[in-house]
Amino acid sequence: MTGNLWKDANAALLSNYEVFQLLTDLKEQRKESGKNKHSSGQQNLNTITYETLKYISKTPCRHQSPEIVREFLTAMKNHKLTKAEKLQLLNHRPVTAVEIQLMVEESEERLTEEQIEALLHTVTSILPAGPEAEQQQNTGDDVAMDEEDPA
Amino acid sequence: MFVLVEMVDTVRIPPWQFERKLNDSIAEELNKKLANKVVYNVGLCICLFDITKLEDAYVFPGDGASHTKVHFRYVVFHPFLDEILIGKIKGCSPEGVHVSLGFFDDILIPPESLQQPAKFDEAEQVWVWEYETEEGAHDLYMDIGEEVRFRVVDESFVDTSPTGPSSAEAASSSEELPKKEAPYMLMTVTHDPSGIPGPAGIHQRAGPGPPLLVDEQLALCCEHGPCPALGKEVELALKTTATGSDEQPAPCQAVPSPASPRATRVPQSPRTSAHW
Repeated sequence: MTGNLWKDANAALLSNYEVFQLLTDLKEQRKESGKNKHSSGQQNLNTITYETLKYISKTPCRHQSPEIVREFLTAMKNHKLTKAEKLQLLNHRPVTAVEIQLMVEESEERLTEEQIEALLHTVTSILPAGPEAEQQQNTGDDVAMDEEDPA
Repeated sequence: MFVLVEMVDTVRIPPWQFERKLNDSIAEELNKKLANKVVYNVGLCICLFDITKLEDAYVFPGDGASHTKVHFRYVVFHPFLDEILIGKIKGCSPEGVHVSLGFFDDILIPPESLQQPAKFDEAEQVWVWEYETEEGAHDLYMDIGEEVRFRVVDESFVDTSPTGPSSAEAASSSEELPKKEAPYMLMTVTHDPSGIPGPAGIHQRAGPGPPLLVDEQLALCCEHGPCPALGKEVELALKTTATGSDEQPAPCQAVPSPASPRATRVPQSPRTSAHW
């Protein structure tokens, strides 16, 4: 009737954590109200909410909090990165230099090796690890202990 | 990955829902209309973020329902250009590798964008990366269910609104099934062909740029387990100039077993060799 559905197709970028939080709250709300979750009209919302939550839950974003995100962005101020680059770092939590080089455009020109190391340190110290990384860390610790034993 | 899109639409509330709070009814109607649907040139709509403005509601003659113009913001899946994403391989076809994110399936890595050299194994219907080392090629298979990291390079929106009956002859049109096109599709690469030479330094690109790693933690594996030698070669390759590495990578300690046909099968996703 009125023409275009959308006014601004890019009003703001959302981090995966924000979407995770939104969908989790929505799920709680709908669980409390009970009644019409399973009506045919709501099926699409159920499907997309479930799948998106499943995807984000496997990333490091699930353990983030508003305070962590704020702390991260403050720490990022010194590194002179674009918004898109900071968003990717926040969503992916890279742990190696190669990952940084993929996400930061022309990183060889803009960042020295020390700067990349510093960036990695900021990222890994502020952002909590994801569920998979935690699992690997546990097995890694076990291996290290075995190696140290025969002294 | 996700953006906030400001939208405006007129929402119709039927009379039997008038007892509910207007905001709740409108939120439900908007989610019913947009959730899990692709909006042309916008992206895949996920869920309502908030309602910014409600204009006056009108009731029109002949229709007992109220019509309200609503300004709202919706969470939409719309990755930006060059964004890095991680997904699972859904399957392989001659067109390329199909990747899925769970909530979004139409992601394609065309063959020329895979790590080279790559070839399609007809028997198993899977793409294979022939990773060259000193001993010969290791075949790294793109198996279903494997995680892969990729960069978005292009997107295509197709307007799949129903069209009128075609004017083609009845005989031919009844035999062909309409081709199902994805309304929103992402074209992606795992091997970045940006051959811009950088300043002389530690990381110099004189050929294709760094391919995307699957996962730094996943070492290259053959059936003998994680191969420290291969992982090390990747590490070295990154730190040298493209003209050639000064250090020779250590040879593979494991002896490939000639008996099994899948002697060089990698249980995990292909890793990179950075052709800097």
